Amino acid sequence: MNDFEKKEILEYIEGAAVGDINLMEVCGTHTMSIAKAGIKSLLPGNIRLLSGPGCPVCVTVQEEIDAFLELSMRPGIIIATYGDMIRVPGSRPGDNLARRRALGADVRIVYSPVDAVEIAAASPEKQVVFLGAGFETTAPGTAAAIKTAAMRSLSNFSVFSMLKLVEPSLRVLIADPDFNVQGFIVPGHVAVIIGEDGFRFLTEEYRIPSVITGFEPEDIWLGIYGLIRQIAEGRAVLKNEYSRLVRPHGNPLALKMMSEVFEPCNARWRGLGLIRESGLAIRSGYAEFDARRRFDMVFEEKESPALCRCGDVIKGQLEPEKCPMFGGRCTPEDPVGPCMVSGEGACAAAYKYRRV
Amino acid sequence: MQEVITLDYGSGGKKTSSLIDEIILPVLGNPALSQLGDGAVVDGGKSLVFSTDSFVVDPYFFPGGDIGKLSVCGTVNDVAMAGGRPRYLSLSLIIEEGLPADDLRRIIDSVGAAAKQAGVEVVTGDTKVVEHGKGDGIFINTSGIGTLVCPGLTPAAIRAGDKVLVSGTVGDHGTAVMLARDPMLAGGEIRSDCAPLNELAQKLYSLGSDLRVLRDPTRGGAATTLCEFAESAGLTIELDEGSIPVDPAVRGACDMLGLDPMYCANEGKLLAVVSSEKAQEALDILRCDELGEEASIIGEVTEAHGARVIMKTSFGGSRILTKLAGAQLPRIC
Repeated sequence: MNDFEKKEILEYIEGAAVGDINLMEVCGTHTMSIAKAGIKSLLPGNIRLLSGPGCPVCVTVQEEIDAFLELSMRPGIIIATYGDMIRVPGSRPGDNLARRRALGADVRIVYSPVDAVEIAAASPEKQVVFLGAGFETTAPGTAAAIKTAAMRSLSNFSVFSMLKLVEPSLRVLIADPDFNVQGFIVPGHVAVIIGEDGFRFLTEEYRIPSVITGFEPEDIWLGIYGLIRQIAEGRAVLKNEYSRLVRPHGNPLALKMMSEVFEPCNARWRGLGLIRESGLAIRSGYAEFDARRRFDMVFEEKESPALCRCGDVIKGQLEPEKCPMFGGRCTPEDPVGPCMVSGEGACAAAYKYRRV
Repeated sequence: MQEVITLDYGSGGKKTSSLIDEIILPVLGNPALSQLGDGAVVDGGKSLVFSTDSFVVDPYFFPGGDIGKLSVCGTVNDVAMAGGRPRYLSLSLIIEEGLPADDLRRIIDSVGAAAKQAGVEVVTGDTKVVEHGKGDGIFINTSGIGTLVCPGLTPAAIRAGDKVLVSGTVGDHGTAVMLARDPMLAGGEIRSDCAPLNELAQKLYSLGSDLRVLRDPTRGGAATTLCEFAESAGLTIELDEGSIPVDPAVRGACDMLGLDPMYCANEGKLLAVVSSEKAQEALDILRCDELGEEASIIGEVTEAHGARVIMKTSFGGSRILTKLAGAQLPRIC
């Protein structure tokens, strides 16, 4: 896309008679890319971009965070995790994995679940627990790690699955009486796995215009343009602007791997509450790799910090900057809520790449 | 809850500032220290520049350098950024029991080669060995002393209209080390930029008072250093994203790891703020040197938005750049 095309699109967007509209990007990587490229600074005031429940760390509930913090201090445990989890705050102020590590917990940052299997193979005297957060994007890799550990008969590797599915959460979001979104920027990475099929319900059942896009600013710009055209023309179709990677039926191999190891289960989401069949639990055939069972982890349902409004941010009902704690009491170095921690969090993106 | 020091306090961002401001300066502050420059200007008969730095890099060998080379370059560069011609170094080694002697030899060879390249001498030192498990192979502290040849380099000298220059690609060292830590990612072509910058700085000193400030953006990266400039000067720095040199391999690795090259450490790059009249001359000086071939004017100083750094993105938007908050965290997907 050259500057001329970019400008042509902007002129169209500025001239489109669509009134005040909200578009939602569901994926945290989109959120970050939008903030980094300064896309919001280019859009006219009547078009707002909101972030949805697509940041894995952000939707994780407090009791699960507290549970892995507690687990990290048990003797002989190595916690292997994606970096995002390190600063996610526990219930007690100042508590997080970084602090637990400073107090002696063995916490390792990994880039892939398979790295955690390697740590287990190299440390037979320790129990390695991988913190499996994420959506359909990370689930196949986590499944592969469990299968690898099974094949190598590793008895000291397990996964604490906090994995979630995108579709059930979007359905809950849309059913909310305060839901006010006129178009979806569909998460491209998730669509690579579950395909166009996984998102057809948005247009076919709910008639909300939706575009699957990639993650370059140009991809997103084109996606926004596509949504506004649909809105202006009164259409609602699922458009695939990411066809270089997204197939109609997704990636069958990854889907098979996922369903061999995991089964849907009821799960609690920050901001959205309990959603039926929205989580992924490890099947009984792989029970020995399930950290929840192996360590008898207990979960007391807990409220998020009283003033934290991450739940509203996740639902797209509050822009990060409008949270009373944004940038004051809640900053990336001292976060109150998870949206301020993760590189994918709406608040972290808004803080790091603030609007002029 | 009892306060403890986490790794974030060593990342060079806001937490590091708070540690210095709340714990160190209230007790030890004095006119030389409280400037918080890369080095301090002190009176020793004539004006001297004095700086110290500790090196704890993991792994201690990485593509493009090692802890020995780094420990010389880091301190030499700090002295040079403060306007000094570095002369003498101290070298303190804290060695963990079990370090292979050949590794130590290799590290000391690097110290020697880097000192020779920088034209400094190691004139005093110390060696301690700690028990196994109480160090990470080897830690090094160096202090450097030099004579002040270019006085008055400070962010307070920055004026509206000045230009901001960088001597080359940003983020190379931080990315190279990050990749070297992971055996699955190691072995790529990304190398640390670790190099002594004193000769390059010396050439820029000829600009006199048109050279406002120099800084080598190590921890916290170029973004954090530029934020410090803007804060100290009370002015806006407007950056043009498209003119900031980033090695394509570094950009790719950072995209994959969820990092931002503007926040990754550099060990052989300098940021200079220069008057607009002399900006082109400064660019020419940098580009004529091997260490500044890819130098670029990346932005200018204005009064438009207060004490802030604004990034005009390649895509055409704009946003505010803030200091690094804690260590950069690799992301989930």
